[in-house]
Amino acid sequence: MPTYSDKVMEHFTNPRNIGEVEDADGIGEVGNPVCGDMMKFTIKVKDDRIEDVKYFTFGCGAAIAVSSMVSEMARGKTLEEALKITNKQVAEELGGLPGNKMHCSNLGADALHKAIRDYMEKQGRESNE
Amino acid sequence: MKAINLDYSAATPVDEAVLQEMLPYFTEHYGNPSSGHTLGEKPREALEEARSKVGRLIGAEEPGKNQIIFTASSSEANNLAVKGIIAAGKKKGNQIITSAIEHFSILNQLKGLEKEGYEIIRLPVDKYGLIAPGLLEEAISDQTILISIQAANPEIGTIQPIDELAALARKNEIPFHTDAAAAAGWIALDVDRMGVDMLSLAGDQFYGPKGSGALFVRRGVRLRPLIEGGIQEKGLRAGTENVPAIVGLGEAARLAYETLEERAEKVAYFRDQLKESLFNEIPHLHLNGHPEKRLPRNLNISVEFVEGEALLMRLNMAGIYVSSGSSCTSQALKSSHVLEAIGLPPELAQGSLLLAPDRENRIEDIPYITEQMAQVAGLLRNMSPLYHQYLKEEKKNANLQ
Repeated sequence: MPTYSDKVMEHFTNPRNIGEVEDADGIGEVGNPVCGDMMKFTIKVKDDRIEDVKYFTFGCGAAIAVSSMVSEMARGKTLEEALKITNKQVAEELGGLPGNKMHCSNLGADALHKAIRDYMEKQGRESNE
Repeated sequence: MKAINLDYSAATPVDEAVLQEMLPYFTEHYGNPSSGHTLGEKPREALEEARSKVGRLIGAEEPGKNQIIFTASSSEANNLAVKGIIAAGKKKGNQIITSAIEHFSILNQLKGLEKEGYEIIRLPVDKYGLIAPGLLEEAISDQTILISIQAANPEIGTIQPIDELAALARKNEIPFHTDAAAAAGWIALDVDRMGVDMLSLAGDQFYGPKGSGALFVRRGVRLRPLIEGGIQEKGLRAGTENVPAIVGLGEAARLAYETLEERAEKVAYFRDQLKESLFNEIPHLHLNGHPEKRLPRNLNISVEFVEGEALLMRLNMAGIYVSSGSSCTSQALKSSHVLEAIGLPPELAQGSLLLAPDRENRIEDIPYITEQMAQVAGLLRNMSPLYHQYLKEEKKNANLQ
């Protein structure tokens, strides 16, 4: 078991916003069981803002903490703002992640962006990224 | 706060009696066994006494006939066996046969030898982790210079039919080495009955100190040392002997030999009770390894739909210590090669837990362990996309019927 920051442990112990948004406007899935981490983010969008965001995560302590943190960071943000959240920022907000977890488990922002793009595509819009 | 260790294959505590045997060799009998004067006598005698105690554990007592070389670990013993026999070069050829589920101290050095031009044959195993002797027979050729197959697997506990495998080696006059690190002290071992030429073991698997190991070498098997220098250990391992650790290994081997049957039975009983309780109370568990041919202190299960490190961390919070074969718990971020070799799907390999109980574990703790495990599994499943996908499919199937 790697040494995790207090913040990671706190989010791992009490993960926020677990679940699936009902009648989701956008769905984003990343990862697979082979690499060990999978995340599924669902979002509800109102007036170009993320009104609700939830996730299901299969993965290690870092993956769960990352998902929880991303959900907190994204909630209430405009789509444009949420698209600017990076995996690096998520790791920073968590007080850092062990080096070997930076890539495989730190996929939360990717999953969130996928959900946003899914929404935009459904709306017939192109995302800027 | 509870503290229930179910990870004794990572380390066992040093037995109090073992520690007491060791202590005088740090201070009172600190002499160098190679010294010609009085101070060397007691340590020298202690080395030979330890050698005979280790010999007894593995049925290799007869002094002169066989050699027990003390090492600092079973990893070192494995390296001395493989590299030592190749460097000695008695038998000509370039092929080495092993299994797909060996410890890294075998597999990684063979990977290196492969780069040097040796042909390495890694025998596959069945879904229980067993090697079919027929496959070994097919693999043996006139180029085979060594066969190295573990006595039992440290992760899934499967016990190999070493006597049958070694008989094939002997028939073809090929030296046979077995890594018995997980087996020694837990199942009866006899180098003659098994028919092995070399055997590795480690003291920290049966209440001896860390940093103590040994390689049994049958007379007539020629090795070159990994560490060259003085003629300690019959010239096969230079450097002043770690007398306290060797004394500890010897005493641990004596106790392990004398208590083996009773202890193995007790631990296997706890293991079986724990298994029954977990499988009764928690749905979607899988047993990894052989249902019967397994080490007494090994229970390996996969908790479907969840990942092992998260399980490990949650159980740790509840004061229950386990290990996992998931990729996230390994430094290399690769899931266990053993679980892959038995054909376990990746999602089940990720959710694997190794529960390695010991004589210290108490039956009274099983309800708490089960309750915590059920709670943790439920909690993690509740946030698992794989579990929710499964629930949806179940619902769909139910509606179709």
